[in-house]
Amino acid sequence: MKAGVVVFPGSNCDHDCYHVLKHVLGMDTVFLWHKDADLKGVDLVVLPGGFSYGDYLRCGAIAKHSPIMQEVTEFADKGGYVLGICNGFQVLTESGLLPGALLRNRELKFICKYVNLRVDNAGTAFTSRYADGEIVRIPIAHAEGNYFASEDVIKELEDNNRVVFRYCDEYGETSEGSNPNGSINGIAGIINKSGNVLGMMPHPERCAEEIMQTKDGFHIFESLRKVIKGVL
Amino acid sequence: MSMYDTFRYPEVTAEAARGMGLKPEEFEHAKKIIGRTPNYIELGIFSAMWSEHCSYKSSRIHLAKLPTKAPWVVQGPGENAGIIEVDGDICACFKVESHNHPSYIEPFQGAATGVGGIMRDVFTMGARPVASMNSLRFGKIDNEKTRSIFEGVVAGISFYGNCFGVPTVGGEVFFNDCYAGNPLVNAFSLGLVNKDKIFLAKAEGEGNPVIYVGAKTGRDGIHGATMASEEFSAESESKRPNVQIGDPFKEKLLLEACLELMKEDWVVGIQDMGAAGLTSSSFEMGAQSGVVLDLDKVPTREKGMTPYEIMLSESQERMLMVVRKGSEDKVKAIFDKWDLDAEVIGHVATDGYVRLRWQGEEVAALPAAPLSSEAPKYDRPYARGEYMDELNKPVDVKEPDHLKGVLLKLLAAPNIASKRWVYTQYDHMVRVGTTVLPGSDASVIRIPDSKKGIALSADCNSRICRLDPRTGGMAAVAESARNVAVSGARPRAFTNCLNFGNPEKADIMWQFVEAVEGMADAGKALDTPVVSGNVSLYNETEGKGIYPTPTIVMVGVIDDVEKAVTSTFKLEGSNIFLLGENTDEIGGSEYLSIIHGIEKGTPPKIDLAKEKSLINLLVEAAEKSLMLSAHDTAEGGLAVALAEMCFGEKQMGVRINLEDDMRTDHLLFAETQGRVIAEVGGLNSAAFEKLAEKHGVKCTQIGTVEGAHIVIKHQGRTVIKAEVQEAADKFLNTIGEWMK
Repeated sequence: MKAGVVVFPGSNCDHDCYHVLKHVLGMDTVFLWHKDADLKGVDLVVLPGGFSYGDYLRCGAIAKHSPIMQEVTEFADKGGYVLGICNGFQVLTESGLLPGALLRNRELKFICKYVNLRVDNAGTAFTSRYADGEIVRIPIAHAEGNYFASEDVIKELEDNNRVVFRYCDEYGETSEGSNPNGSINGIAGIINKSGNVLGMMPHPERCAEEIMQTKDGFHIFESLRKVIKGVL
Repeated sequence: MSMYDTFRYPEVTAEAARGMGLKPEEFEHAKKIIGRTPNYIELGIFSAMWSEHCSYKSSRIHLAKLPTKAPWVVQGPGENAGIIEVDGDICACFKVESHNHPSYIEPFQGAATGVGGIMRDVFTMGARPVASMNSLRFGKIDNEKTRSIFEGVVAGISFYGNCFGVPTVGGEVFFNDCYAGNPLVNAFSLGLVNKDKIFLAKAEGEGNPVIYVGAKTGRDGIHGATMASEEFSAESESKRPNVQIGDPFKEKLLLEACLELMKEDWVVGIQDMGAAGLTSSSFEMGAQSGVVLDLDKVPTREKGMTPYEIMLSESQERMLMVVRKGSEDKVKAIFDKWDLDAEVIGHVATDGYVRLRWQGEEVAALPAAPLSSEAPKYDRPYARGEYMDELNKPVDVKEPDHLKGVLLKLLAAPNIASKRWVYTQYDHMVRVGTTVLPGSDASVIRIPDSKKGIALSADCNSRICRLDPRTGGMAAVAESARNVAVSGARPRAFTNCLNFGNPEKADIMWQFVEAVEGMADAGKALDTPVVSGNVSLYNETEGKGIYPTPTIVMVGVIDDVEKAVTSTFKLEGSNIFLLGENTDEIGGSEYLSIIHGIEKGTPPKIDLAKEKSLINLLVEAAEKSLMLSAHDTAEGGLAVALAEMCFGEKQMGVRINLEDDMRTDHLLFAETQGRVIAEVGGLNSAAFEKLAEKHGVKCTQIGTVEGAHIVIKHQGRTVIKAEVQEAADKFLNTIGEWMK
């Protein structure tokens, strides 16, 4: 199996994702340049964090017009796995691959810290190595992570179990205090209808090794590896 | 009409020279060097090159006293940044630099471009920046104007560093009235580079093209270096247009393009355009052979810019490089890929002159080398201020009744309280290399393809420096070294940023000389040379100077990054040891300042031989994994250090028994140097004590980790009993509360 990490100008977690996929998970991993319309035969596309195109105009708004995103959209439509992290999640909502939008954080400041997340759907290809309701600690680092969508969209997401990660306290309860950025219903990550495109604000690649504060992010990549290899 | 005349520059007179910051004798000297009166463009160049900021004219003779050599030093002072070996061919390239004046005038952009400038210094040398730090100083937090500067500076650093994708892993923030009209923003960057891939600023090979890359040149920052070399006055705020504007996205592209280019062997020399822009970059590169520049080919952002403006603009995100003849197209292709402008704007000469042309006609010509080698150099008079006797008088205060209240007040003092509000705004984890996050004594990053790690700490207690600049200079080096060693790393070298007032005043110059000499003594004793740095003088507003502030950033290396030690308690029931001795030295303490409103006395002395033994002990104890946690006692003294160790992810309590025969408030809050608190598990305690004995470090068990309270007894009497939760709330939330 093969993974590809998209490099937009201004991506800055591209090397981090590459490192985890290649050196920690041992996957064959390649970089995908934004100007190329070629996915190099990958089974998984990761849209990494950063400030694609300087986040000018709106986060992720320019990235959606890049040649590589045309390919990624087609790939996703055919059922290919796409994981968007942080700025990658913003690119996914801008591209229409996921609904909603990510607004400025409630306190209008960039926030970098470990947060508690509740895994609300462990039945996806991205989360099969977690248990439903499990509480994990994964860091966030963003200024625009405040998830917003119309009432209808939120209802559809909730009704169909498409909210995969939710900000919570150490006991798994969601509240104003445990919600770092003001996201509706504490939404931290969502999945598309077909279950092959996941966007999340927290950074699992930052906690996928023993030496980090937690290793809780590892299991997302591990889940994907198992699914793609056909183990599960 | 000659081309020069078409620009209609003012006439060059001694008055015009003074207007640009050149003193009459400096103007005469300039005329002597070139054998004629410089024209207006040349005058601007002299003024920038001979500004205090670029020429170090007041500080050079004293900086020569600092140690700069060690077997692991690859590049000492004089280049864009210093370089040391960390593991075989893997080297660390680093420097700290001030951006004080711009940050006061325009906090957000001033701080942002400070971060951008220092990172450019690092990647100019071929190193990929992997960690940033900063040392910030503001007036008191209860002042609204101070808070707005503080807020702006932090936002600027966050904006630039986060987008650029380099973690800001730590630093220091210090509040004192003396910085109210003159905040300090010192930015540090560290990069990694292989020894055989280091690039220097040199222009060689006749006819090799000079290429300009990066952002277009605008009118921002003209004469910024000169502004940074003057005292502030009421008009300073009108100099806002002198502050540069930063674009981290552009710089990120520039970084990636430069590093991609540097993999090839086309680059002969490269220099970033920082202070004094194209002027300093072309004169530094051209010092040997000289260069010819066609200024009308420089990409400009605005129409109608003249040679004077182009030479003195400090627009950000620009580089100048010399490449091998014939490689121009390949070089341009790489910049094209990253959507950056790259223009050939000149070539290397042989006559040692920098010649500037406009539409083919020469409009200025200056010999490159003499502008730096014959720059003014002053041995300014210095003398201890008469007010020092009064400042150093012994302080006698009444001992407060409620020491618990004192402790809580100190934990909530902005200089001591957690800087969480600051560092959560910085992306401190990007690049997945930060293994010890901000909040411990030193931050630690791992090194790709190596077992080793790098530990970093920024320190300077300017209150000590004011009371005794020699001790203060020593203490800044010793404390930063101690902080690095507490994490288990061996301190290897430092970079410094010397922030002082007006050197033309004898008492300020005395502070400078004393601090540098103290720093030199400590650097020699601890085997930590200085490899790079920067001097920022004239930090005065309306004639009122800042406290002398020689910021140090120490870089250490830990052999096994997985053995790094953090500073909060880990295990209920473990033993707490005090390394070093308590002494009755309350002068200059945070306690006197916060509780009694006094910033006087004689600060604690430093014993460098003991500091060295302590460092050796800490490094070996970490290597043997004997310590669960360790923390330096600094601002606030022993009681504050103990409390801080309780505030980990999982909060823990302590029971402490102290037997020393001295006043309790002095014992708890004196900031005696050379002390570290170590948490050691029961099974390792004997081995730890033996190791301390081997290194000749006094080691006393003073208590255990237990319960949910901070309990301190002195000679059998309970002097403090505070709930950890209550103390932690004060410590963690104070700054955030102020900034709401």
